[in-house]
Amino acid sequence: MYKAFLIKYAEIGIKGKNRYIFENALRDQIKNVLRNMGEYIVTKEQGRIYIECPDGYDFEETVEALKRVFGIVQICPVMILDTTDWEPLQEAVGDFVQVKYPDRNFTFKMEAKRGNKNYPITSPEICIEMGAYLLKRFPELKVDVHRPEVKIMVEVRNKSYVYSEIIEGPGGMPVGTAGKALLLLSGGIDSPVAGYMISKRGVTIDAVYFHAPPYTSERAKQKVTDLAKLVSRYTGPIRLHVINFTEVQLYIYEKCPHEELTIIMRRYMMKIAEQIATDTGCLGLVTGESIGQVASQTLHSLAATNEVCKLPVYRPLIAFDKQDIVNIAEKINTYETSILPFEDCCTIFVAKHPVTKPSLKVIRNSEKALQEKIDELVNTALETKETLFIQ
Amino acid sequence: MEAYLDNAATTRAFDSVKNIMTEVLVSDYGNPSSLHSKGVQAERYIKDAKEIISKSLKADPKEIIFTSGGTESNNMALIGTAFANKRSGNHIITTRIEHPSVHNPLLFLEENGFRVTYVPVDNEGKVIQEELLNAVCDDTILVSIMYVNNEIGSVQNIAEISKGIKEKKPNILFHVDAIQAYGKYTIYPKREGIDLLSISGHKIHGPKGVGVLYVRDKVKIKPIIFGGEQQKGMRSGTENVPGIAGLGQAVKLIYKDHEAKISHLYSLKEMLISEVSKIEGITVNATSSDTRLTAPHIVSVSFEGIRSEVLLHALEERHVYVSSGSACASNHPQLSGTLKAIGVKKELLDSTLRFSFSVETTQEEIEFTINVLNELVPILRRYQRH
Repeated sequence: MYKAFLIKYAEIGIKGKNRYIFENALRDQIKNVLRNMGEYIVTKEQGRIYIECPDGYDFEETVEALKRVFGIVQICPVMILDTTDWEPLQEAVGDFVQVKYPDRNFTFKMEAKRGNKNYPITSPEICIEMGAYLLKRFPELKVDVHRPEVKIMVEVRNKSYVYSEIIEGPGGMPVGTAGKALLLLSGGIDSPVAGYMISKRGVTIDAVYFHAPPYTSERAKQKVTDLAKLVSRYTGPIRLHVINFTEVQLYIYEKCPHEELTIIMRRYMMKIAEQIATDTGCLGLVTGESIGQVASQTLHSLAATNEVCKLPVYRPLIAFDKQDIVNIAEKINTYETSILPFEDCCTIFVAKHPVTKPSLKVIRNSEKALQEKIDELVNTALETKETLFIQ
Repeated sequence: MEAYLDNAATTRAFDSVKNIMTEVLVSDYGNPSSLHSKGVQAERYIKDAKEIISKSLKADPKEIIFTSGGTESNNMALIGTAFANKRSGNHIITTRIEHPSVHNPLLFLEENGFRVTYVPVDNEGKVIQEELLNAVCDDTILVSIMYVNNEIGSVQNIAEISKGIKEKKPNILFHVDAIQAYGKYTIYPKREGIDLLSISGHKIHGPKGVGVLYVRDKVKIKPIIFGGEQQKGMRSGTENVPGIAGLGQAVKLIYKDHEAKISHLYSLKEMLISEVSKIEGITVNATSSDTRLTAPHIVSVSFEGIRSEVLLHALEERHVYVSSGSACASNHPQLSGTLKAIGVKKELLDSTLRFSFSVETTQEEIEFTINVLNELVPILRRYQRH
């Protein structure tokens, strides 16, 4: 019965002269999620996006894909009629009710819109006439204009559109409308969720992963690319930069006090990430940090890691409880992968009692011991980075 | 250069194994249960394989059941025996160093009213026979013991154990997990007093997904898989004809010039042990005064101060492939029960690697591995977790 979807969006509608940018981005994102599923035709028309589905398309699969497109507020499966002539339209609406609601013991309300103002019948008239027709054809139906169980919507434009079902979309802004940021992606639960959240506001995501062979395994890297792939179902394609961090890490390990290791290591991660961000046109860094979760995420520690970079660092999970993060991870399907037991580079040399209130003065002082070789090692890490295109 | 020293995890299939399997897959692809000639043709492969395997065991072809591999063979032996004999008793004896494919079915049986005694081993990984015999009681229906341990290569004196338990209680059934032993030892179940014997294909250069359970004639067990009554109802499901044909081929080859093959393996083992022992701070686990009393293809080594996973990945970067502890247990972060059972020190449990060879392993591979170890161990020891 349905051959198409009507896509409604909210925030975009108020973006003034930039509106077309947002609409085009939304259309492109919709095309992107549907690209491997068949020949869908996505068109923009009078503040709406219509998706016409190919023959034999899978309804559930299509809806699932659309639910991953940020910017969509409502997904309405819609029946399209090529004509706007009254008689066939009336009959089609009747058939629609007959097929979609075999048990017709419900209250309803008609709603109509005339996109085509030359249409001879006005919207209120459409409602009245159509309601009367339905009541005559299906005497079991009852009208309730205040609290109807079913709203039947008819829109008359160049074609006629009939729908009654509204599926909630994810909301947010279409990816590609808010610039690009670089996500620090580990193998954990938080960072994929952070990527998802920031992307929900329209931000395009690239990612960086710090690999430390042989301390972290090929499987740990595979896990991160798997996570990037899961996140890319929402964010669109991700460029994943893999940094070989072993030499930098071992050098810090050799030269600095062990309880400061994690903080100093993270400072260097931020530096490297910022350099990649600058080189690739990213306007900020994104992390999955949340206050107090581990020693390196106290306000003191965050201040100490933040200090090394000038780019803004976005931390969408900063005030989230772990369980809330887990809930989102489960919703976006990254949780199962995140909990696979491979070590990441943050845990391999972790001290028994890492500092929780590092003083910048002390940290800077410790870092002096790195002067001889650290710049060279950081540069090598940057030069040897591997970039994977994940989609 | 590359050194694949993880043959206790799996082996490369022999070329002739691949060839016969391809033939079955694309030419003689019939269902052995079909009545027409294509079916008969397929059935012939099964008969041939059965012939080869039963000959290698000095057994009767009707004592051979094909399974999906070692795990299924062990499951079937334990669960099938327990359920068929529960009227005679509910007690089962095993050791503390069994593979999970024996250990976990026994946990399942414990949940279902059976009682299991786990007999300890000494620090060479040998069952303490006195304790084993003491555990035998009126209710004991089954004893299950592995021939060769997959993590440390310790070998049990199967014939002696069988004699001991059967003297105490003649109707006890004796299951032997021979997954790491078959192909390395000549095993004649009747001579050694074995009632049930598990074999796996891919440990002996055969295909994955196929194994054998030998069930001595007259021994009653219940099937654990039900369906179309293939293999006399003991193991339903269309036979894995390509796998079975491949297994037959592998068995034929592995037992050809067998003595020469085994002494090649021992020479590799002796070489590795003597060279690796020169590295400081290492322990070779479960050694014996005579190496020939241990399995020819497995060496377990603990490296003080290095985590096994790190060393494993560092070796991997140099194309040396090994396992940490046992491959079957190493996807879990949990530490090996076998190493604990033979008294490996706690701080070495997570510092142990398993090197395992096959008939295709060369001296050069061992030399190469030794060189790489000599180079990596000192470097990795500089960086330790605190």
